Amino acid sequence: MQLTAPLPISPLSDDQQRQLNQVLGTLNTQQLAWVSGYLYGLSQSAGQAGSLPVAAPAAGVAPAGSLTVLYGSQTGNAKGVATAIQQQAKSLGLPVSLVSMADYKPKQLKKESHLLVVVSTYGEGEPPESAVDLFEQLKKGKLGKLEGLRFAVLGLGDSSYEFFCQTGKDFDGFLAKAGAERIYELASLDVDYQDAAKAWGEQAVKAIATTLAASGSAGAATASVAGAVQEAIGHSQYHKENPFPARLSVNQKITGRDSTKDIRHIEINLEESGIQYQPGDALGIWFDNDASLVGEVLALTGLRGDEATAKGPLREALIRHFELTRLHGGFITGLADLSGNAALKDLAGDKAQVNALVASAQVVDVLKRFPAKLGADQLVSLLRPLTPRLYSIASAQSEVEEEVHLTVGVVRHPQADGTLRSGGASSYLADRLPEEAEVRVFVEHNDNFRLPANPDTPVIMVGPGTGIAPFRAFMQEREAQGAKGKNWLFFGNPHFTQDFLYQVEWQRHVKSGLLSKISLAFSRDQGHKIYVQDRLREAGLELYQWLEAGAHLYVCGDANHMARDVQQALLDVIATHGQKSREEAEEYLSELRRAKRYQRDVY
Amino acid sequence: MSKQTISTQKAGPVEGPLADNERLKRESNFLRGTIAQDLQDPLTGGFNGDNFQLIRFHGMYQQDDRDIRAERAAQKLEPLHNVMLRARLPGGIITPAQWQVIDKFAEEHSLYGSIRLTTRQTFQFHGVLKRDIKLMHQTLNGTGIDSIATAGDVNRNVLCTSNPVESELHQEAYEWAKKISEHLLPKTRAYVEIWLDGEKLGGDEEPILGSNYLPRKFKTTVVIPPHNDVDIHANDLNFVAIADKGKLVGFNVLVGGGLAMTHGDTSTYPRKASDFGFIPLSHVLEVAAAVVSTQRDWGNRVSRKNAKTKYTLERVGVEAFKAEVESRAGIQFGPVRPYEFTSRGDRFGWVEGIDGKHHLTLFIENGRLLDFPGKPLKTGMLEIAKVHQGDFRLTANQNLIIAGVPAKEKLRIEQLARQYGLLDDGVSEQRKQSMACVALPTCPLAMAEAERMLPAFVTDIEGLLAKHALAQDAIIFRVTGCPNGCGRAMLAEVGLVGKAPGRYNLHLGGNLEGTRIPRLYQENITEPQILAELDTLIGRWAKERNGAECFGDFVIRAGVVAPVIDSARDFYAA
Repeated sequence: MQLTAPLPISPLSDDQQRQLNQVLGTLNTQQLAWVSGYLYGLSQSAGQAGSLPVAAPAAGVAPAGSLTVLYGSQTGNAKGVATAIQQQAKSLGLPVSLVSMADYKPKQLKKESHLLVVVSTYGEGEPPESAVDLFEQLKKGKLGKLEGLRFAVLGLGDSSYEFFCQTGKDFDGFLAKAGAERIYELASLDVDYQDAAKAWGEQAVKAIATTLAASGSAGAATASVAGAVQEAIGHSQYHKENPFPARLSVNQKITGRDSTKDIRHIEINLEESGIQYQPGDALGIWFDNDASLVGEVLALTGLRGDEATAKGPLREALIRHFELTRLHGGFITGLADLSGNAALKDLAGDKAQVNALVASAQVVDVLKRFPAKLGADQLVSLLRPLTPRLYSIASAQSEVEEEVHLTVGVVRHPQADGTLRSGGASSYLADRLPEEAEVRVFVEHNDNFRLPANPDTPVIMVGPGTGIAPFRAFMQEREAQGAKGKNWLFFGNPHFTQDFLYQVEWQRHVKSGLLSKISLAFSRDQGHKIYVQDRLREAGLELYQWLEAGAHLYVCGDANHMARDVQQALLDVIATHGQKSREEAEEYLSELRRAKRYQRDVY
Repeated sequence: MSKQTISTQKAGPVEGPLADNERLKRESNFLRGTIAQDLQDPLTGGFNGDNFQLIRFHGMYQQDDRDIRAERAAQKLEPLHNVMLRARLPGGIITPAQWQVIDKFAEEHSLYGSIRLTTRQTFQFHGVLKRDIKLMHQTLNGTGIDSIATAGDVNRNVLCTSNPVESELHQEAYEWAKKISEHLLPKTRAYVEIWLDGEKLGGDEEPILGSNYLPRKFKTTVVIPPHNDVDIHANDLNFVAIADKGKLVGFNVLVGGGLAMTHGDTSTYPRKASDFGFIPLSHVLEVAAAVVSTQRDWGNRVSRKNAKTKYTLERVGVEAFKAEVESRAGIQFGPVRPYEFTSRGDRFGWVEGIDGKHHLTLFIENGRLLDFPGKPLKTGMLEIAKVHQGDFRLTANQNLIIAGVPAKEKLRIEQLARQYGLLDDGVSEQRKQSMACVALPTCPLAMAEAERMLPAFVTDIEGLLAKHALAQDAIIFRVTGCPNGCGRAMLAEVGLVGKAPGRYNLHLGGNLEGTRIPRLYQENITEPQILAELDTLIGRWAKERNGAECFGDFVIRAGVVAPVIDSARDFYAA
């Protein structure tokens, strides 16, 4: 592990930092986690001795509680916002700690005095994986009354989805319902959240500061050291806002010629980036929009493309900086206002119609239906900034070293008029980016999707479709580790001959004994459809025995249908073979989740 | 059973370490292997280990679409594994009801959606996925067809001359073909257990084939002179029908024909069958069993390349082999009864049998029944099957006879055949005399194209014939994708044997009757080179031929090639 990034807001001298880096560079994740706790303990006892550089406590003021910034993040956005808020609080000298919901014991909530929640929303208004446990307990009222707790919630979401920021709204409602005091108003921020999040953070922290005395205690300092250590884990200097210019080395279709799906195996060369990732992490891809799509948008709005915008000439700005393939409701309502088109206005006034359109069309399709002469600034004002797409990494560095592999399903939607609309990033990788061309990438770490620390622990993997990706990485890692634990894969797709992703690799793993069991569901190879959840039920007894033997269970793939059906199947299996009531089965699964033995990466 | 008549010390089995196929047959538990387990393996569309070979004894070959093998490797997918099934259809007779069943299966459950008629007088399904194999056997079984022993080291589908004219004689000969086929079938219940979910009874025995089965494939025919459509010299065991006043009285028996060879291995060669003599009808089954069991015991189980009956005969001597057969069957062969072959091709169009029924022979290019663009042959056959009251007969030349049509139905049948492109007056004599094996993309052994190159190549030959004013003439032209020789190129006037993509060995000098093996003329040459050679030679034939002299006879007489007379000794002579 090589650390090249300077520690953020570090109180260390250059020399100290170098020494720290040297030590940290030799540690694995588990060791780092232990060290962070060790350092915390050390700082607690050493504080009085003054051997650690800490801010002087405000004389004579005992801190009236402390602020906990709690985040529930899947792609890293909520974590980023929460981290910034923590820094703001710290700059005011407030005692603050930053915790992921995944690492947070729900019962702890009763002991909090001040709480800022930053949480994103997934799929059809669902909480991110790391937030599920806390969310469920709050929802069911299991945490009791929370009077005396002051809180504010910032929700992140994507207004192109129907249940925009639903999880933020839910947390806000649950906390209020439990009797906690809302100290600042709920924010529901869209994909272009950065500026608004900063402003909200400043205001919310100010509101907190009115009821929470600055403490400047050791806690703050240690939080920053612990935070710095956490930041440093395998993180290179490259991140979302500063992606690494990597090279595409392989773009290979891995579905057969008669498949209804176009799924690509993508290999990207990370040489000289120093980027480190672990199985379970995701790779962010910045992409360019299709120039011909941009051409269509320009033609439909009567623009030339050379008009100046804040992001450069319009054509280039549309290619590189604005979202064209993911429609959002604001575009429709905004266009209705600007164009004055009566039919569009009618449509924009009907939420159901807007949602239906958002789910099925792109910006260009709306413009085709409702052409409007627009100024460059007007067009840009309707569009949201382009956001990178995240893909679960399909490789382990123990196997592929300075490469990163992805399994990308190319999104292609046929339109009523016969044209084909493609997903922005997937078609960029599959169709437009030549091999050896530059692609801007960054790693989004996901500590909530990790192989068990103990290589002897059995692993159950459920990954239909492109959900197979992280499990390819898992198997590479387990093979490299020489892990003795058993591995069981559940995979499904439409057809055996066309859609058995990485078939020859799984055959090799079965032959070598690395993969102990494989359960396959090819939904359309027989009269009735068979899915992975059916295979889970069929193998229920053995599956339950594996769980009882301590297996970790992973699910990756489609959030809307698969993950829900799989969860239902798991509950059925646990209830049937564990002779449990429905409620006991739910508790069993929650316990697995809390123990990080049931982890999901669903999208 | 006495072996006192063995006259040569070379008689008996070959000593040495046995070929691996002998191990797998021995360990197969009467051809079961672990085929049943493989059917449950969801990870692959293929068969593992020995089962890959064992399924052949059940009439199937594991194949894949070779056109996309590299593409699928890049896609990290295994080859598109599937099986080809070859049905057991003694004498090639199939009813319209059966036809409708096989048409439906091919349509719904094969990758290519075709029915392929073959030189073994049967049909093949190509491209059946593992998940549908059991359904396939059960479907066939439901209509009275099986595929037992149509491949592997056993006696395969028994051929019988398609002679619709002399209907009584044909009927008798056909009955014998069926009886011989059944007499020599494996007795193991493996097929019934694995594919038809038959009860496990145990106690398997193989009194004729033996528990290790034969050293190599074994092919049998029943032929009705003067028609040699079955190509007796391509077969291990042949029964030549001898009739007296239109009534079958017995057979001349010929043993040890076979065309397979191995490129670059001069210990392998095509060989004609040797005359053993005449037997009356009462001894047919005993003699058949004795020939098979002699080959079973004496055939070479050390080297598979030299394991066929033809090599056993050369090793022990024809007389020794014959004496052993006489001893085992408890008979003496009588003197060869006179007979004559005059032709091998099918008699296309309508003929009337002596029973007053009418028979329509259709030319099916390459034997491939498929709905081609503008030529829906397969649908046409289905439509005919729906109304036809007689039966269908598949010929050893990959063609098809609509047999037993009452006079009043003739018009309707012919109209349907024309409507779907099954009957086309524009097909040249040359095309009718041309034949190819399946080869690419499905046959794993193919070294070069055969079926797919044939149509256009025949057009080129037609052009050469026209150029030399011989448009009404024809040359027996056959292409086989590898030297195993399913296309029977080693009995053609002009035979191509696949060597590499686009390259063939060119053989010349077979004859019309199929009694002379053509000699290698040019090795490893391209299609344009072959056409250039043929252009020259056809030009000479046009100018120099004697009367109606056929092309194969001409090239011998003109000294273009020396005739192959005794192939074991002169096939590779310069």
